[in-house]
Amino acid sequence: MLPATPADGKCMHLFLQQVFNGVMLGSTYAIVALGLTLVFGILNVPNFAHGHLYMLGAYVSFFLMTLYGFGFWTALIASMVILALVGILIERVVYRPLRDKPHINSFISAVGALMILETSVIVFWGPQGRRIPNPYPGTVELLGITMTYQRLLVIMAAIVLIALLQIFIKKTTPGTTIEAVAQNREGAMLVGVNVNWVSSLTFAISTATAAAAACLVAPIFMISPTMGALLGMKAFVIVILGGLGSIPGAILGGYILGLLEAIGGGYLSAAYKDVYAFGALILILSIRPTGLFGREVS
Amino acid sequence: MAAIKFLRKKWFYVLLLVLALALPFLITNRYHFQIVIMGCLFSISTLGLNLILGYTGQASLAHAGFFGIGAYGVALMAKSGISFWLALPLSALLTALIGFLIGLPTLRTRGSYFAIVTLCFGVIVSIVAGNWIDLTGGYTGVVGIPLPNPLSIPLAGEINFQSLVAQYYLVLAFLLFTLLVMHRLVYSLLGLSFMAIRNNEVLAGAVGINPFAGKILSFVVANFFAGLAGGIYASLMGSISPSTASFELTFSWLVYLLLGGVATLAGPILGAFAIPVLMEYLQSLVEYRLIIFGALLIAVIIYFPRGLMGGFSTLEERVRAFYGRRRGAKSAVAG
Repeated sequence: MLPATPADGKCMHLFLQQVFNGVMLGSTYAIVALGLTLVFGILNVPNFAHGHLYMLGAYVSFFLMTLYGFGFWTALIASMVILALVGILIERVVYRPLRDKPHINSFISAVGALMILETSVIVFWGPQGRRIPNPYPGTVELLGITMTYQRLLVIMAAIVLIALLQIFIKKTTPGTTIEAVAQNREGAMLVGVNVNWVSSLTFAISTATAAAAACLVAPIFMISPTMGALLGMKAFVIVILGGLGSIPGAILGGYILGLLEAIGGGYLSAAYKDVYAFGALILILSIRPTGLFGREVS
Repeated sequence: MAAIKFLRKKWFYVLLLVLALALPFLITNRYHFQIVIMGCLFSISTLGLNLILGYTGQASLAHAGFFGIGAYGVALMAKSGISFWLALPLSALLTALIGFLIGLPTLRTRGSYFAIVTLCFGVIVSIVAGNWIDLTGGYTGVVGIPLPNPLSIPLAGEINFQSLVAQYYLVLAFLLFTLLVMHRLVYSLLGLSFMAIRNNEVLAGAVGINPFAGKILSFVVANFFAGLAGGIYASLMGSISPSTASFELTFSWLVYLLLGGVATLAGPILGAFAIPVLMEYLQSLVEYRLIIFGALLIAVIIYFPRGLMGGFSTLEERVRAFYGRRRGAKSAVAG
């Protein structure tokens, strides 16, 4: 978060600055939650390792850039492809054998997967934080708020990514099969949709978008092996509050959480900024156990 | 006669108890002793997790959070001069009360929702422990927590807890107490109703069990034992920090529980001892510890959902069946 000092008559600027940061943060949350809502809401897989896959995406792109001299965008694309493959692998090994078992078994299996992912990154690349070189240094002043190009890029890229994903799901045949499985798994199988194939495809999209989000914000924040855990939990919070499997819910929820954290962190207490999301979840689930727009989980 | 009959039926458990009591004469290495003490402590907390997760079917991932609450409770009370023997039950009861208050909203959710919402609570506990500096000392934690106060027992004289042997008997006593409570609970009608809720909540409701009340009760008891283990941990270790409440700890108990055997009484203890001991033998792989844990967790949940205890009972059934057949064959010959 940018250091912002309150000065006389600058209250409005401070507020706008926090809103800008919040939208930027919300953009990443929206993308990550979008990927999670596809697998959790549509495939009914509580992929608790989603945040860790996001972390892995950032690391892959970091090493492609520093060790092999990839450019920012080529590293981003390569990281998306690699993570899509990792996603397919995880679906096949960790979740598919448990498809007809109680939900909680997949959840425990996911805990196993995230332990492997996080520790592997620590063992192979070290526990220390790293920073991806910023491809677009420089800032622009608008309405008294300082915007770095990288932050603007995150916001723009998120919009493009979300739009592309919408077009994919609504307008292309593979996309519509995902929606068909979401609406009625048996029905989709009856008309000849291969559910295994759809599962792999959905996982690939989900992890690839997480990798994209991670690469986009990596130049702004440090990357570290532990960054995935909190983000994964926040993504779950957004998905549950926004409604399981609801794409608009995930996007809106992501932006709301980003704003909540930036404004809460700016005005209330930065140390407790992670508490807001989790506190909100406990509060809302205590009133509506199935989430804001939720349907019952099986 | 009754005693002999009891011995014949339960000789294995009696043998185990004798071994446990004689352990200080068998182990002389301080470091190994420390591992055994931690094994007993984590057995207590894993038994608690087993009640809510294994028997009642609700995956509470806030278990280390409650362990942390118990630990901070005893640490702060003992440092302000309250005797350990008063602080420990108070702290465990406080943990149970917080568990009740948290259970009221969260237990209305189901399946993964409950797992996520409890995980969120666990994370809140460790964030609060790290930031409420006036109370908890922030990320440096609480240090210099006194050992349990000496106990004066008639005839035996005064027992202090300076030595590891005394500390071992202390945790062993609490482990036996936990096991006793769990045994009484699990084999009572109440325990059966917990299992009914786990197997089918709607059906349990239909036969007159109140699922919500059952889940709350199980959650409260589970958290009481998490708090108890945390309190003893704080006093014996002498220092605690927010990592005492971290969800990594819950995850390792999850591994102990699932590997040992979920919804069995011996499973959590078996897991809590077997895995740390195994890790000692694999000292060179210490870096890869969590990778191995993770892989084991996935393999167990997919291929052996009943864990080691499940494996043992399958083996026992096979042996019984084998002997049964032989005896059957003999009597057929005789007849």
